[in-house]
Amino acid sequence: MENLQLIIPELFISIMIMFLLIFGVFKKNSSQIVYNLTTLSLIAALALIINLDAQIQSSLFNNSYNIDSLARFMKILLILSGIFVMLSSSKYIQISKISKIEYPILILCSILGMMVMISSNDLIVFYMGLELQSLALYVLASFNRDNLLSTESGLKYFVLSALSSGLLLYGCSLIYGFSETTNFNQIMVNTKDIEYGLTFGIVFILVGLAFKISAVPFHMWAPDVYQGSPTSVTVFFALLPKIAALTVFIRFLYIPFYELGDQWQMIIIFLSIASMVFGAVAAIGQKNLKRLIAYSSISHMGYALAGLSTGTTQGVQSSITYITIYLVMNLAFFSCLFMLKRNDEYYESIEDLSGLSKNHPLLSLSLLVVLFSLAGIPPLAGFFAKFYIFVAVINEKMYFLAIVGLLATVIAAFYYLRIIKIIYFDPEKEKFESKHNLGLKFTLVASTFFILAYFIYPSGIVDIISQININ
Amino acid sequence: MNFPILSSLILLPTIGALFIFFVRSSNSQYQSSKYVALFITLANFFLSLYLWIVFDKSIVDFQFVEEREWISGFVNYKVGVDGISILFILLTTFITPICVITVNATIKNRLKDFLIAILILETFMIGVFCSLDLVVFYLFFEAGLIPMFLIIGIWGGERRVYSAFKFFLYTLLGSVLMLVAIISIYWITGTTDVIKLYELGIDAKYQNLLWLAFFSSFAVKTPMWPVHTWLPDAHVEAPTAGSVLLAAILLKMAGYGFIRFSLGLFPDASLYFVPLIYTLSLIAIIYTSLVALMQEDMKKLIAYSSVAHMGFVTLGIFTLTQQGIEGSIFQMISHGLVSAALFLCVGVVYDRLHTRLINRYGGLVSIMPKYAIVFMVFTLGALGLPGTSGFIGEFLVLMGAFKKNILVATIASLGVILGAAYMLWLYKRIIFGKLINEDVKKMVDLKRFEIVTLWLLVLPIIFFGFYPEPLINSIEVSVANMIDMNDLDKINKLALGE
Repeated sequence: MENLQLIIPELFISIMIMFLLIFGVFKKNSSQIVYNLTTLSLIAALALIINLDAQIQSSLFNNSYNIDSLARFMKILLILSGIFVMLSSSKYIQISKISKIEYPILILCSILGMMVMISSNDLIVFYMGLELQSLALYVLASFNRDNLLSTESGLKYFVLSALSSGLLLYGCSLIYGFSETTNFNQIMVNTKDIEYGLTFGIVFILVGLAFKISAVPFHMWAPDVYQGSPTSVTVFFALLPKIAALTVFIRFLYIPFYELGDQWQMIIIFLSIASMVFGAVAAIGQKNLKRLIAYSSISHMGYALAGLSTGTTQGVQSSITYITIYLVMNLAFFSCLFMLKRNDEYYESIEDLSGLSKNHPLLSLSLLVVLFSLAGIPPLAGFFAKFYIFVAVINEKMYFLAIVGLLATVIAAFYYLRIIKIIYFDPEKEKFESKHNLGLKFTLVASTFFILAYFIYPSGIVDIISQININ
Repeated sequence: MNFPILSSLILLPTIGALFIFFVRSSNSQYQSSKYVALFITLANFFLSLYLWIVFDKSIVDFQFVEEREWISGFVNYKVGVDGISILFILLTTFITPICVITVNATIKNRLKDFLIAILILETFMIGVFCSLDLVVFYLFFEAGLIPMFLIIGIWGGERRVYSAFKFFLYTLLGSVLMLVAIISIYWITGTTDVIKLYELGIDAKYQNLLWLAFFSSFAVKTPMWPVHTWLPDAHVEAPTAGSVLLAAILLKMAGYGFIRFSLGLFPDASLYFVPLIYTLSLIAIIYTSLVALMQEDMKKLIAYSSVAHMGFVTLGIFTLTQQGIEGSIFQMISHGLVSAALFLCVGVVYDRLHTRLINRYGGLVSIMPKYAIVFMVFTLGALGLPGTSGFIGEFLVLMGAFKKNILVATIASLGVILGAAYMLWLYKRIIFGKLINEDVKKMVDLKRFEIVTLWLLVLPIIFFGFYPEPLINSIEVSVANMIDMNDLDKINKLALGE
């Protein structure tokens, strides 16, 4: 029973999924009610998680499920992002005619899967969570089934993701074969001497995980899926799976494979450099904002991986800080995207932003702040995110990684500046609608304010994160 | 707890900007927002003047130091001034209100946004000059790019987009290595606090690489040859107020950085790289002066002359002598006033004729006599005629250089002659000659606000030309301390084999 008490948030969400499913089926035209109930149940789940002891450290179910400070923080981050995604995209779903009861329920399923991933301390539990998450995401990506791009993106994501899951599973089986256990802590104990099979297992698992956070060279799906999916799903893609995948990355690298640092460090450094550079270069030619933000997030994942590659607690903490700030910036960016609406149609090409600052000064100002922050220009939050990463990286004397990373920010600055140029320097176009629902406005204002005012008290988040226990 | 005067200096413009931002905009309130900006910047000027008066010039330590925990256990927000930085703060707060006055004629659209950008920029500029922590310095140094990028891009001329991008990316590229160096310094010494670093010193084996990293940033910002190419573009396309701020203050950040960080933190490396700096400075002085001779666009000519003048500054700093460094600082202040004035002068005629091509003008002396007088003063100031502030700076720099290396000093002196050539020729082509163009004949002489702004600049240029004592007095102790502290004299003598 004690075990069950600690997983009340997960249990609560599972029960809500079943309840909402039954409720939605039996009550006609209930999609909006289900949507709101989903948001409410996420808020309730958030309260339940915050209610847990901050310094908690327990392993449940035969040591296969971890409830610790890392899991607690990441779950709070996950559900907070989920709430904001729900708040900001409610209007979009109605207008794009994808307001069905299944939509919020699938989101809940996927969040449940991610929570399991975050807490997993066992290969099988981890894989279960991963599949629950992915299956819900396949459906969500192709949710706008009358739209060719959306169906294409769902299918593409499904095929490629299945392939990567296969690789991941193969890696898991290799690890099991060589260590005779699926439990993370046991793997660490049993793998003192390095064998080739083990190295292969690590590589396969890393490939699978790299696919999930869209690190180069396993990024191919990201631009198409980002562009094709409905924007409300894209923002979900851009935020939540990254949190879960990064946590799993941390767990894998710092619990079972911690002793094998020499084996994986080069791989992570390569993934990191490739993502930073490729993401920055490939985004230059993009014309669609969603596609551009896909490349931008590839590049950002590169920085988060750079923090992980150091193999130190400080590095992990810098990665967690990075992902936190990344979430806020992307949330603000997508909120702006949701506001580009005219006559019930959403606009997502860069050219549509032309001269936005004349008609919508406040919206443009938010975009300006967000874009400069994404580019990592001080004094905005994005600068601090990169700053922590580089502090950790340089502490390990990995100067090459640091310099490549910083040069990539200069390249990346170019395409962010290009958007700013179009917003501020180019001739104006037709006005967009200026009436938006409260949730969307609140999301935008809160996230922009966070980015702008972060420098006043930068210690806040760092202090919280520095209390997270990694090992 | 003393009144946090430096933080107020930094924050006041931002508060003003927020105020202007939140006041609802309608056409009639455009004017009032200008008065708000003027009031704020003037208040800031008087505050910094007060700071200068109460500042004790005989003490070597940093004064008005404020320290507050910022990024816990890592970086503290720390500001303070010594005799060197206080002058740059004064220059900043003096030039900014003048820019605000000029917006009347030059900025036609989105005046409110422009004022906000200028005020925010002032915050960052003052922050650069009084930060006593490397990370805080970097923050302010980089943050200044955002408002300047917008000023060039939104209110600039035809090729504004190209220039704004070039300005931003060049400077950003230069600065990223500095960030690596700053973080490395933290891991080597355990602090980024400048005062503590002065006491601790940095191991000589790290100095060269760190020096180069800082150099890459400052060289772009100065700008030194061969990374100066962004400057003419940025100057030509920026609106008058933007050019003025760029020439008068933003360029000085790099010179200030050289003195405060390159000399202060890496004395051994500074000595090691003296030949490099000498070479680049001499090329800048001679080559860009020649390029300036060939220019047909007034703003471009002045931009290239800025590069040449900054060549004197870098040369003076790296003579590592009392005279040389004092001369450089004096030259920076003087150039801040003179180049600001020259860009304002260009702005005056540009507003009337909407061209910057030199050959479209000629014979202005007969229709704009008042303009001819002030322009004359600034031309002479730029070429360093005795009796103007430009002379003192160049003279001290050359004196320092002669002490060290006669060949270098001789070549640099040639630059003075070239400077006289291009400035006088410019003056001749614009002011004298025959009045040919019909539209030039219709130009009116200076309006009242132009007279005010230009004469405000004439006064200090002539005053400090005859009586440089207040400025020299202010920097003397700090420069001497800088030289003592790092044993620059001793290092010098060792190098010379004495």
